[in-house]
Amino acid sequence: MSLTSTEVGSQDARSQATPSQPVFPVAGLGLAVAVLAAVAALLALTALHRMLADPSIAVSVAVVLAAVASLLPLVPALRAFGDARRRAERLEHGSLAEARHIAANGREHAHTAMGYAAAVLIVAGLLWFVTTNDGAVSKTFLRWEFLKSSFSNVAKAFVVNVEVALGAQVLVLVFGLVLAVMRLVPGRAGRPMRWMAIVYVDTFRAIPSIIVLYLVGFGLKLAQVPVIKDLPPIWLAIIALTLTYSSYVAEVYRAGIESMHPSQWAAARSLGLSYGMTLRTVIVPQAVRRIIPPLLNDFIGLQKDTALIGVMGVTDAFTQARLSASNAFNLTPVIVVALLFVIITIPQARFVDRLILKEQRRTGR
Amino acid sequence: MAFLEIDDVHKRYGDIPVLRGVSLAVAKHDVVCLIGASGSGKSTLLRCINALETIQQGQISVDGDVVSGLGVDVNRLRRNVGMVFQSYNLFPHMTVLRNVILAPVKVGGLSKAEACERALDLLDRVGMRDKADSYPDALSGGQQQRVAIVRALASDPQVLLLDEITAALDPELVGDVLEIVRELATDGLTMLLATHEMSFAREVASQVCFLDQGEILERGTPEQIFEDPHEDRTRQFLSRVLAAGRL
Repeated sequence: MSLTSTEVGSQDARSQATPSQPVFPVAGLGLAVAVLAAVAALLALTALHRMLADPSIAVSVAVVLAAVASLLPLVPALRAFGDARRRAERLEHGSLAEARHIAANGREHAHTAMGYAAAVLIVAGLLWFVTTNDGAVSKTFLRWEFLKSSFSNVAKAFVVNVEVALGAQVLVLVFGLVLAVMRLVPGRAGRPMRWMAIVYVDTFRAIPSIIVLYLVGFGLKLAQVPVIKDLPPIWLAIIALTLTYSSYVAEVYRAGIESMHPSQWAAARSLGLSYGMTLRTVIVPQAVRRIIPPLLNDFIGLQKDTALIGVMGVTDAFTQARLSASNAFNLTPVIVVALLFVIITIPQARFVDRLILKEQRRTGR
Repeated sequence: MAFLEIDDVHKRYGDIPVLRGVSLAVAKHDVVCLIGASGSGKSTLLRCINALETIQQGQISVDGDVVSGLGVDVNRLRRNVGMVFQSYNLFPHMTVLRNVILAPVKVGGLSKAEACERALDLLDRVGMRDKADSYPDALSGGQQQRVAIVRALASDPQVLLLDEITAALDPELVGDVLEIVRELATDGLTMLLATHEMSFAREVASQVCFLDQGEILERGTPEQIFEDPHEDRTRQFLSRVLAAGRL
């Protein structure tokens, strides 16, 4: 008996088609968020306009355009309402499938409204932060006259950062690979080499690079180490950063080499290639292609750490910027350094993207 | 004395025996086919001959020279013993031509020009000359396997080991690859094939060995093995292959 009753139940369920989900609640929520965002944006923009005091026409136009833009999320919110109404209409006519399609569109509009409104809210919040205390925040970080006056000095000093970064990157590429290969030397005879590599990586990955810079910069000079004591400080900075970043990059190389399928080893060795030759001609070239993205990560990290070389007495962009900043009682020069770092990083990221794409096209993958 | 002698070879992975006393003599110009179920030890035997695996007991000699055990110049051995794999294993970062000339230039000491000339001749023979500048990933499986055969041949080996070279191919591409092996057999190249292509084994083999659980259970001419197998296990294996439509 129970069997037949469930059968009847399931038949009932089957005769009921998927119901159309209501749209009004989500449309209402979307409209509420959009209105909230618009109000917040208008308040923040009003504050900004008041702070600018006597703005040029172009600035005024920009503020008005921003205000109009902050109203845009209202458009999809209202569309969602339209869809909600049309859905109800379709349901009354009994065309369920059509009602479902319209409802899906309506929800999509409501979600779009919420997504864009959230972005407007965030920007409004930032604007409010910048304009608080009658614009003290924005004046502390970004003032045009200080930007102009400090730019050339900071940019000149930034050349030192670029030199140190490039020098260290070249050395890191070589030394990191040496460490990775040492760590992978096979057999009993290779054990001491493997241990040395492990100890090195464990140590230098753990020590903060600012401490390595400090120790190398002053310690090696103090100890009167031959040759090194005569090196210019910029070279000591390159050595210190190479010591630190080689340990990161060695692990990246190792991951790349170990990710190679054993069949590539078998194929190369079966052709009579020695271990070293297989590594050099078959394994490492393929591994390097795989690790370019994580390698870029470490390189960007290295570039940023060149801002620390001030601790060893080298005048880099950050040192110069702090000097200018304390003269002016304003942090604009430091913002200039930050922008310079961003500007040199972005092209590298795009370059790597293109490199990978080109490689994929070339090998037909 | 046979050209390739395998004498009582034992191979274990940890505690699991894979080869349990395999002996086999291959004369020059012989084509020996190894048949048997997956896991019977066919591939492992081939890999042992090429020293890609070390053996625990027994001895392998090529052309009168013992090539198993410690102290053997495996790189020289491998120049005499070529190998082709089931999954081709071409180097994806090199063009077809560079795949082929790598060993002759780096190991064989040929000049790049000589190696290229030879490589292009060989590629021509398998109908792949116009793909010399392509990368492996742009080729079909059958084309890749033809290149892999050429790559093994480029070192001018005296024995060629073929490890289920058609097992990963679409059925329509198998014929092209087998045709090349057939030609090599006609040319008199000494070959050892692990294969599931029974009708092909029957056609080209001078000797067929049926492996079961790490042993050569039965060996003989193709006619004897396929038409009048003595062992129950061989008969069972062949009837299953037949039922699957592969004979």
